[in-house]
Amino acid sequence: MAGQINLIINDRSIAAREGMTILEAALSKGIYIPHLCHHHELEPVGACRLCLVEIQGEWKKTVISCKTPVKEGMVIKTETPEINRTRQVAMELLIADHDTDCLVCGQNTKCKLQQVADHVGVNKDRLGRLKPRAERLPIDDSNPFFDFDPNRCVLCGICVRTCDELQNINAIDFAYRGLGTKIAGFGNKPRIESNCESCGECVVRCPVGALTEKGAKNPTHQIRTVCTFCGCGCGLYLGVRDNELVSARGDRKSEANNGRLCVKGRFGYKFVNNPERLTTPLVKRDGEFVPVEWDEALDIIADRFSKTGPEEFATIASAKCTNEDNYVVQKFTRAVMRTNNLDHCARL
Amino acid sequence: MTNSTKELGDAAAILAIGTNTTAAHPIVALQVKDAVKKGAKLIVVNPKEIELCRFAHIFLQPKPGTDVPLLMGMARVIRDEGLHDTAFIAERCENFEELEKSLETFDLDTVESITGVPKDKIAEAARVYATEDPASIIYCMGITQHTHGTDNVLAISNLALMTGNIGKPSSGVNPLRGQNNVQGACDMGSLPNVYPGYQAVSSPEHKAKFESAWGCALSDSPGLTHTEIFDAVHSGKIKSLYVVGENPYLTEANACHVREAMEKADFLVVQDLFMTETAQLAHVVLPGASFAEKDGTFTNTERRVQRVRKVIEPLGGAKPDWWITCEIAKRLNGKGFDYSSSKEIMQEIASLTPSYGGISYERLEQGSLQWPCPTEDHPGTRILHTERFATPSGKGKFMPLTYRKSAEEVDEQYPLLLTTDRSLYHFHGTMTRRVFGLNILEKEEQLKIHPKDASLFGVKDGDLVRVASRRGELEARAFVTDRCPPGMVSMTFHFAETPTNVLTSCELDPVAKTPETKVCAIRIERLEGARPAEVSDLSNQNRGQAAG
Repeated sequence: MAGQINLIINDRSIAAREGMTILEAALSKGIYIPHLCHHHELEPVGACRLCLVEIQGEWKKTVISCKTPVKEGMVIKTETPEINRTRQVAMELLIADHDTDCLVCGQNTKCKLQQVADHVGVNKDRLGRLKPRAERLPIDDSNPFFDFDPNRCVLCGICVRTCDELQNINAIDFAYRGLGTKIAGFGNKPRIESNCESCGECVVRCPVGALTEKGAKNPTHQIRTVCTFCGCGCGLYLGVRDNELVSARGDRKSEANNGRLCVKGRFGYKFVNNPERLTTPLVKRDGEFVPVEWDEALDIIADRFSKTGPEEFATIASAKCTNEDNYVVQKFTRAVMRTNNLDHCARL
Repeated sequence: MTNSTKELGDAAAILAIGTNTTAAHPIVALQVKDAVKKGAKLIVVNPKEIELCRFAHIFLQPKPGTDVPLLMGMARVIRDEGLHDTAFIAERCENFEELEKSLETFDLDTVESITGVPKDKIAEAARVYATEDPASIIYCMGITQHTHGTDNVLAISNLALMTGNIGKPSSGVNPLRGQNNVQGACDMGSLPNVYPGYQAVSSPEHKAKFESAWGCALSDSPGLTHTEIFDAVHSGKIKSLYVVGENPYLTEANACHVREAMEKADFLVVQDLFMTETAQLAHVVLPGASFAEKDGTFTNTERRVQRVRKVIEPLGGAKPDWWITCEIAKRLNGKGFDYSSSKEIMQEIASLTPSYGGISYERLEQGSLQWPCPTEDHPGTRILHTERFATPSGKGKFMPLTYRKSAEEVDEQYPLLLTTDRSLYHFHGTMTRRVFGLNILEKEEQLKIHPKDASLFGVKDGDLVRVASRRGELEARAFVTDRCPPGMVSMTFHFAETPTNVLTSCELDPVAKTPETKVCAIRIERLEGARPAEVSDLSNQNRGQAAG
């Protein structure tokens, strides 16, 4: 097959596509290589040094698999004593500088660092030898939708690349040097003062618990639907817990948005469960709204509409409502009220 | 849109005119940015320096309301330099000679003097649009909300036709529809002149079709349009008004007039999610189910019909809008309102709407479909007009145009022009104003004003100012920024406490009956005792700038 590359990973023959990296080829066949800074939608940077593999035979050398393209006939080992030793140290340095109170972390059970630790194995005594961070860094909770906790950050740069490569906003970057390196907005000011547009794409991609949604709750189930704000028509999954919407994530299979969302699509659903929602029909009596049963409200309306001539009636339909809602309301206006006095905001 | 959102990413040139894409259509904007990354040339035409300008190769900043001369000037350059697609014009179009004649009045010196855009830049933009292939045009309300909005659209159409940029991938004339389902509401015939699928109410054939399907007599005279309806309510001609999921008090031009009209209505029924400013004026208010509480379909800006699914049970006693309307209809002895589900309604839609003929919930489970999709085995239509145009002759018709000034002009009393805009953080307001975080990100209206004008009127950043037009007045906080050119200010219309549309004009486009909310003469006056901007206001302004 054209464009197919054949290689061997851990004694297993693998067919990969030309242009894939070794890491992508391995992951596509379910072979796990520890990694943190790789994200399939972003350019590889090779920052975390965890995805080391050994190329054997004539090209023999140790490489980072996220930046090395596959070649025909490659023979790869993802685990050798040398690689495991190097990887162990790389991981320990990351964890030594990282909170380990996983149970209270928003990313618990979904964390990529936990996955790495689980695979590589953590030796508590060895970790103790490494000097922990002297001071705790302040959490940036200035954004109303998400928090940034630098104490949980592994400096993989996925958030920086997301903001640059995918969103073209460039609100954040690496700041300072050495142990003081952190992700920050311009001038290290709170995020809310940066040009961040709060799309949350970085929060979605953060492999650890450094960027977490405020008040996030895990949904019991998620249902695929379409965003209700603008005409882009982004596909999304809304997460539910009890009868409350608790999450939104982009639908990667949607041709309209390919999984991406803006600030309204990702966080704007929260109006749905707002306590100000109308929950019962209301009839105005003596200038005050009085709650009534549906039958009573509908009977009042039918009575008044029945006394309205075709020329005396008009409907304002809604570009927020579904096609089905609109079809029924225009049919009602035309077939029952006998008028074409019907329009909506398309003209505005 | 004649084409699809995704195709924008592969365009060689994009002309973005009258659209603040990053704020109003952020996900479409991602495609535009992707295209630029891949090497596309981006031309932004906007009176304001919007966020998209950061990515633009050419930025033209015309005076508001001068789109026709600008676009015709570009057409003139393309014709004069022989950059037009003669084969496409000969094969697919008609009336080119008439267009050529009307181009005579649009020499670049004249165009420069009307638009204020240097003629070299107009010529450069025209060359880029005509020579980079394929080239796509995106536009939005900056084009349509004018008394010459229809002419603006026709000028765009002329450009696309003369360069053969229609009917092929990554080209086209692409209006970005504002609301989630404004395309669908039009498709479904929530318009005064057409049944579902744009079948004219005045056509005896279509009337007979729907009379037979619905089992009743129908009127063949087109009804009143949005603005006309409120005029008729105001004059007492219309006595009962049924408002479903809209808040005209915030969104309709000349809002004071609209409010007066609704206050005068004998009987006003409002169906909505919240006690909106419009609902407060109603005699009966009915609680509708939100998009997350009902099944149905939305049709997006690229004609893509997608399934909307019930995610949670309706809150309290809220009901789907279609159910409510059916219950009213049944009480008035309406026939054919016994639907048991939205799926059944879609079956009826498909049976009567040729462009939706092949759309069903079963098919939508497999994926979205773009109309026209006339039959069950039709794959849907990604690109319109690939072989013929929807005209009697099947040819694309060039339209000769003349320049007409906007209805409202500045004078000594009202020396500034106001144009309306959207924010990234809000939609119309009914929903987003009730999301706590969005109101942290943008909590109030800002009158964006150029530093020169600010100093002329003695206004400093963060000052409270009174804004008055010939129709109404309000108070807003000033945000001094050079994103607006001198002489022009900008406001959004999301905030009930600052209802911008009390200012705007409802002078209509003669064809589309769209009000001219983009050009409104105002004056401003600094209010004494105004507090200085707080820290959070400043952070807001940073983002206001980002959002254009």
